[in-house]
Amino acid sequence: MTKVGVLGLQGAVREHVRSIEASGAEALVVKKVEQLAEIDGLILPGGESTTMRRLINQYGFLSPLQQFGKEGKPIFGTCAGLILLANEIAGQDQPHLGLMDMKVERNAFGRQRESFETSLKITGVADDFEAVFIRAPYIVSVGDEVEVLATYQDAIVSAKQGHFLCSAFHPELTNDHRLTQFFVKMVEEAKKELAL
Amino acid sequence: MANLGTDRVKRGMAEMQKGGVIMDVVNAEQAKIAEEAGAVAVMALERVPSDIRAAGGVARMADPTIVEEVMSAVSIPVMAKARIGHIVEARVLEAMGVDYIDESEVLTPADEVYHLNKKDYTVPFVCGCRDLGEAARRIGEGASMLRTKGEPGTGNIVEAVRHMREVQAQVRKLTTMSFDEIMTFAKELGAPYEVLVDIKENGRLPVVNFAAGGVATPADAALMMQLGADGVFVGSGIFKSDEPAKFAKAIVEATTHYQDYKLIGEVSKGIGTPMKGIEISTIKAEERMQDRGW
Repeated sequence: MTKVGVLGLQGAVREHVRSIEASGAEALVVKKVEQLAEIDGLILPGGESTTMRRLINQYGFLSPLQQFGKEGKPIFGTCAGLILLANEIAGQDQPHLGLMDMKVERNAFGRQRESFETSLKITGVADDFEAVFIRAPYIVSVGDEVEVLATYQDAIVSAKQGHFLCSAFHPELTNDHRLTQFFVKMVEEAKKELAL
Repeated sequence: MANLGTDRVKRGMAEMQKGGVIMDVVNAEQAKIAEEAGAVAVMALERVPSDIRAAGGVARMADPTIVEEVMSAVSIPVMAKARIGHIVEARVLEAMGVDYIDESEVLTPADEVYHLNKKDYTVPFVCGCRDLGEAARRIGEGASMLRTKGEPGTGNIVEAVRHMREVQAQVRKLTTMSFDEIMTFAKELGAPYEVLVDIKENGRLPVVNFAAGGVATPADAALMMQLGADGVFVGSGIFKSDEPAKFAKAIVEATTHYQDYKLIGEVSKGIGTPMKGIEISTIKAEERMQDRGW
């Protein structure tokens, strides 16, 4: 069975586990670097990106996570996870994992009182996806190899680059598992290819 | 079309804080230390609970200058406290753009009968609870996050443990009940029936429940996580310790890895003396903050 990990340092971990299981894959909460060897794909959950980055550094996760991505294993970042994947963050000198060619802005829609939910069209996934945005970032610009999957009021809120996927919203907070299913399929395909 | 302030948006915000530590701060400098140490949010206050306790008198919402100073100092969410039932303090904090309001018993209640109708607000609220009845009442009023009341400003974990265990035990009891028993349980707890049915059906509270009120050491934080807390609030514990920056970092690590005892031992080394603490039985009944609100 395909095994998808959720980085479990901080944030909405349990909800992703539930969504992975509802999408027909096995889930593993990853708290230690060694566990990366057991999984076929990884979700970087929502939470506080600054907090997560500090914990990533503290437990030596930074280069193992980058290595995991470079080996061709799929990674899906939601909200804070999207910020971790980007290779450029507005107002910051250094990115985190820097795996996706895009520039992102943190808390781009404003503070908590500006947080919202809306119905979104996500290319190849759904025409009416229930998207929950919480102090969400958005993608300011993307490189040539990045495919834009969804926009909201001209801001890019979901994108894909090869085996990397990201969303500014939280698919794990609803019972709409279509985006997670889409990712699980990416993981299954990558697993087949990597086995060849 | 965008919908603001929905239950999912308000509760979801608290879900993102899970596994994290929320720290009380009284100025921008402390807020930066907290963010640097890995706090998931800060609570902007005029005085930490132990100072409020020592000072006596009426404790109110913080000076908006302090809240604004903290909001511009950090990029993590900023929470602030309003008095129980103080509609205007809550509205002022909401208008300022605070990310979460704590309707808190640490401040002197403005209303001894009614809590805020939190459903009216776009900003989410966190409230304290000692048992499932109190938890369900606050959820019924629209709280999007819960925390134990504990006994704030004491550095004594015993009350937070009591409150967390009580809520957990009552949730377990509820989930094993048959549906025809729930109305009577609701009557006994003084809890809204619909909230109890929701908890019964889902097997857990519909919002996160953090530990608060007496967390003074990394081991205290890990203990509360082990008892089922979703995360931890640390009030006086950090900035009343000898070395706040180290202490804050150690509490964050112990919360993340609450079952890694070797690590908790390591991070607890050389972080200085924790706050002194107060034995609960020495606090006069009328000075117990946990008995404020109902």
